[in-house]
Amino acid sequence: MMLSTLFLSRIQFAFTMSMHIIFPAFSIGLISFLVFMEGAWLKTKNPVYYQIIRFWTKVFALTFGMGVVSGIAMEFQLGTNWAGFSKQIGSVLGPLFIYEVMSAFFVEAGFIGILIFGWNKVGEKLHFAATLMVAIGTLISAYWILSANSWMQHPIAYAMENGKYVAINWQEIMFNPYNLPRYLHMVLAAWLSTAFVIISISSYYLLREQNIEFAKKCLRFSVIAIILLVPLQVFLGDAAGVNVYKYQPIKTAAMEGLWNTERGAPTIIFAIPSNTQQKNLFEFGRIPYGSAILNTHDYNGELTGLKSVVPENQPEVWPVFFGFRIMVGLGVIMLIYAIFATIMLAKNKLYSSPKMLYFSQFLAPIGFIALLAGWITAEIGRQPWAVYGLIRTRDAASNVSMHDVLVGFILIFIIYVIIFGGCYFYFLDKTIKKGPADLDSIQPFSFLSGGASSDKGVEK
Amino acid sequence: MMSLALIWLGIIAFIVIMYVILDGFTLGIGLLFPWIKGSQNRDTMIATVLPVWDGNETWLVFAGAALYAGFPEAFAVLMSALYLPLMLLVVGLLLRGISFEFIHKATSSVHIWEKCFFAGSLMAVIAQGIVVGKYVQGFIINPLTNQITANSAINWFDLFCVLAMIVGYSLLGSARLIKKTHGALQEKFFTISARLQWFLLLAVLFVGIYSPIGTAPNTWFVLHNSPFMIMFIMVTLMLMAIHAFAIKQRIENLPFLTLIGIFIMAYIGFIASNLPFIVPHQLTYMQTKADDGALMLMLYGVAVLMPLLLFYTAYAYHIFGGKTDEKTHY
Repeated sequence: MMLSTLFLSRIQFAFTMSMHIIFPAFSIGLISFLVFMEGAWLKTKNPVYYQIIRFWTKVFALTFGMGVVSGIAMEFQLGTNWAGFSKQIGSVLGPLFIYEVMSAFFVEAGFIGILIFGWNKVGEKLHFAATLMVAIGTLISAYWILSANSWMQHPIAYAMENGKYVAINWQEIMFNPYNLPRYLHMVLAAWLSTAFVIISISSYYLLREQNIEFAKKCLRFSVIAIILLVPLQVFLGDAAGVNVYKYQPIKTAAMEGLWNTERGAPTIIFAIPSNTQQKNLFEFGRIPYGSAILNTHDYNGELTGLKSVVPENQPEVWPVFFGFRIMVGLGVIMLIYAIFATIMLAKNKLYSSPKMLYFSQFLAPIGFIALLAGWITAEIGRQPWAVYGLIRTRDAASNVSMHDVLVGFILIFIIYVIIFGGCYFYFLDKTIKKGPADLDSIQPFSFLSGGASSDKGVEK
Repeated sequence: MMSLALIWLGIIAFIVIMYVILDGFTLGIGLLFPWIKGSQNRDTMIATVLPVWDGNETWLVFAGAALYAGFPEAFAVLMSALYLPLMLLVVGLLLRGISFEFIHKATSSVHIWEKCFFAGSLMAVIAQGIVVGKYVQGFIINPLTNQITANSAINWFDLFCVLAMIVGYSLLGSARLIKKTHGALQEKFFTISARLQWFLLLAVLFVGIYSPIGTAPNTWFVLHNSPFMIMFIMVTLMLMAIHAFAIKQRIENLPFLTLIGIFIMAYIGFIASNLPFIVPHQLTYMQTKADDGALMLMLYGVAVLMPLLLFYTAYAYHIFGGKTDEKTHY
């Protein structure tokens, strides 16, 4: 592919977005987990819960900070690299972004200080309220962003005014029918990804017989969460998939590697789709009627093929095709894991099966890889449109020199790889190796320890 | 409806000045970092900003979103015209933000993160200086591409803006630290402020004298001759005198307040000299505004949520008020 402003801008956005999304997703998961743990602590006063909150708050703080800094780069790129996009649909997406920042970002930013540093400065109930507010903030924040993205996938309730798009019905845009299943699918993905990280780390501790009480509580909670959420996620994934076919049939065709419009189309397990030759170069394994059933819930349902539109209006098929398979494949592994975990839980062998624990500790990235694969499917599947059917990606790009984009991209690439890639995982690894603090060394709220800690500053 | 767009311009201006003041002192503390020795002192400096820095930076995100939503075309034009300085700003803020996170987690590598904290802050301030410099000098239409763009070479006026920003933010940081520390460390910042304020005076005088005769927009010239402008400069100079007095008398709360006043004055001058342009020399704010439906919808949100935002920003500052303890950790 030619090195152009458009190509570089796309690579840069995909790269920064993929790095960024990990942090908010992990933050959403962690803070929801913390709400439950802090609630349990308030109710039972079991100090192990306190140990859990303090440890995972550390991880949350690091992750949230990464999300804030990498998020600024995302916002700026809308103007620096995608000026055409901003100019034309700023009136529609702008309010969604503004509401995102106001209703959510600031709730997070205002209460996050209390959540992280406020242990000895505020009472326990107020602290719990802060934790809860941050959790609600992250969830609302995700809703606004998803609704902006859903509008780009399925633009509705707009009109054209002086060459720009304006909204004519805000309610419809905010409650885009496409959005709800996608939003819930994403939130669940964030929760599941986080649960697998917690399972992995707890298993790591249990295998090494470290922090046993701590690890057991974390593991149990996360495993139960997975058992409940994975089936729900399968259901939501299906709902989202049906919607994709309803609103973006060409994306579905790319996901299925389907070139010709067919009735009762099979699921192709593996293929090498080629845009230039307008067919699959190689196919392996077919599940009869699979695609038709999955997307239309009818074994003889009709699916629109890629060739129903001119090649110019087709997405690059292979990333969509493989992205979808990776996501679904990992989903299947998660489902199998959830079934095994249910058996282990029923047999009361969750903490004592070395095989299960050994396998579990490698599961940390599984949710995030599935999440990224899902987004690659969704976003490349929308191409060649920035806003489906309205604005082409190439018209959305800024008219800046390739040289400027290249310099900016190199700077950003270096910083991201070194800092997000290297340092974040280095410090995460260090935090995990160090483990949670001993119960004796962390003092609960000052009034519990007779106020002795109040003049010692905020505890780590 | 002209007034709706004007209201939004005011809201954005307010968000930007909030960012400039709040993140200004944070950046200033980063700039002062290499000049303060001793790990205990440095811990205090970090601890002063640790609980509030991400909230401060969020005002920039807010400003970006508000410009995007209120004046989409201005956002698109300005952001691409200022591509490289803005990338530098992003990278600087990334580096600084990450240093905050890692500085108290690191053991052997603390000094590396301290350097990154300084470097990131410096990069961000330089970038902001260039952005201001380019903005004040206005934008041109590139005859080849027909695109609105800034003069790409860095000239001496940009450098002046960069230096003025460094001085201004350092003073703001120093004043914040005066408020948040005590004893020998506080004395150190009093000394720093006492020296730096003369450079700020030079910068203010330069702008006052240069702007009517230099390349700056005509409106500056008009304003300069008006009683409004004379009053304006008088107030700024008066604030500087109060600042100098407070430093000399070792009044610890006053320097920060007077500096906020000086920043606001400079900022009002900056805006007044550009109106009605939002992309100086090229586009007025009316030309670039979003449709009134969108502006109205957002105004409801701002009317309800802005007071709330200000309330819990103030509340967070209240909780972490008073003198900073040496170690803030989590």
